[in-house]
Amino acid sequence: MTQTRNLIDENGKRTDGRTADELREVKITVGTVRNADGSAFIEFGKNKIVAAVYGPREVHPKHMAQPDRCVLRCRYHMSPFSTDTRKNPAPSRREVEISKVMREALEPALMLEDYPRAAIDVYVEVLQSDGGSRCAGIAAASVALADAGINMRDLVSACAAGKVDEQIVLDINDTEDKEGGADMPVAYMPRLEQVTLLQLDGKLSQEQFNECLDKAISGCKIVYEIQKQALMQKYFGNETELKEEVAVQ
Amino acid sequence: MHDVKRRYVIPGDKIADGNFRPLMNVIKSGNALVATRIGIAETGRDGVKVIPLSGVYIPRVNDLVIGKIVDHSSLSWEVDINSCFSAHLPAQDVFGRDFSPARDDMSKHFAVGDMITARIMAFDRTRDPMLTVQDRDLGKVPRGELLKISATRVPRLIGKRGSMIQTIEQATQTRVLIGQNGIVVVTGRDPEGIKLSVRAIQMVEDEAHTANLTQRIKVLLNVPDTPQEITRAPIGNGDAKSGEIDSNMGEVEEELEVEGEK
Repeated sequence: MTQTRNLIDENGKRTDGRTADELREVKITVGTVRNADGSAFIEFGKNKIVAAVYGPREVHPKHMAQPDRCVLRCRYHMSPFSTDTRKNPAPSRREVEISKVMREALEPALMLEDYPRAAIDVYVEVLQSDGGSRCAGIAAASVALADAGINMRDLVSACAAGKVDEQIVLDINDTEDKEGGADMPVAYMPRLEQVTLLQLDGKLSQEQFNECLDKAISGCKIVYEIQKQALMQKYFGNETELKEEVAVQ
Repeated sequence: MHDVKRRYVIPGDKIADGNFRPLMNVIKSGNALVATRIGIAETGRDGVKVIPLSGVYIPRVNDLVIGKIVDHSSLSWEVDINSCFSAHLPAQDVFGRDFSPARDDMSKHFAVGDMITARIMAFDRTRDPMLTVQDRDLGKVPRGELLKISATRVPRLIGKRGSMIQTIEQATQTRVLIGQNGIVVVTGRDPEGIKLSVRAIQMVEDEAHTANLTQRIKVLLNVPDTPQEITRAPIGNGDAKSGEIDSNMGEVEEELEVEGEK
């Protein structure tokens, strides 16, 4: 990863005009796929991703079933039209890896032991990609899982941080990912204060690492609020503010 | 008289602190009680529970379900009950204890593709649900319009002490059979009545968590808004146990509705 140009200008603005601590615009819509048990559509900057959850349902092939818990299966896939040049639709090494880390990021939040001998399938389809799609995918998948009514300990939110021009910045985009110094995607359960995914591509010093992790977690907390709001909006509409009510029986 | 605190929750939301009993869709995390599903949290004297607003059907013993025969072996039928577990109806349940696969023709009773009403006799973590049709009004469903709704909407469709479903049945001159698994069968003489009944049921499903639903259903069905005595049992067929649960859950939502009107 060698830098070829300045990614932060003299005013401290990044290539897309954001400051170092600024997140791209995030928008989540719940229940977009009618056939799925739970679904969500996320726009994370220029990323456009659909997540659909099916299950708990019967496991096929049957030998994959676990007697004591549910099997979680994740598929991350990029559409051929999601990138500048056509992407081969066959699962690439990168997609297989992201599917795996995504599963491992979501698993700790799910109460899989509640559904023995069943399976939950999570499909994450990237329609348009712009760097940080695995984080956006995890955030969307977590909302879709909640929408599917699967027992969860907490929502999983995700956000990346990284190093650009020797400066730690939040939520790096495609250009910064390719030309910047480091990229660190983090998935985090805000209530439990637990990290479920931590990857790092690039080199960071100890201090930089700590700063980067803190920044990513603060980004996750912002994404968490958006996830919460999206779910509230779908199920309770505009009554979200009237959260507390008391009735006498 | 005691206070019941209600609020909307999503997974991970803290409902209460302290020494409450976690009842349904709630976990204890340290001293806090945390919701695990999207729904309406209730903090009462007995404990804390969340009435879920989404999710697939998970069988419970004594539930009345409507299912489809998908296959049979020499000893039992396999029934699709709209869940992640396929249920089994043992042939002995139908033919009696002296059932012999060589002598008795299973397809005489239920053929593949038949719809049946059954009760869940046994179910736990280790085995698939076992059904029984040995009760009044259980067995083959001969005719009717089949509908699938979310299992979480079933208590709402039944309403407080069966009020909602009774309104629909009376206004449309139909008979509505509801399985806890979200399968609904509508029967009646008048096709228009069936059509209207189906529309009303779909409206209940789509708008289950909104206030003033009973009013809107009455408008749809052209029913004058007068309070009426309800005499029928909640879920048909003398289903005492699940009826009790249903009416409780119906009550919850009915009350919410009243609050919404204020």
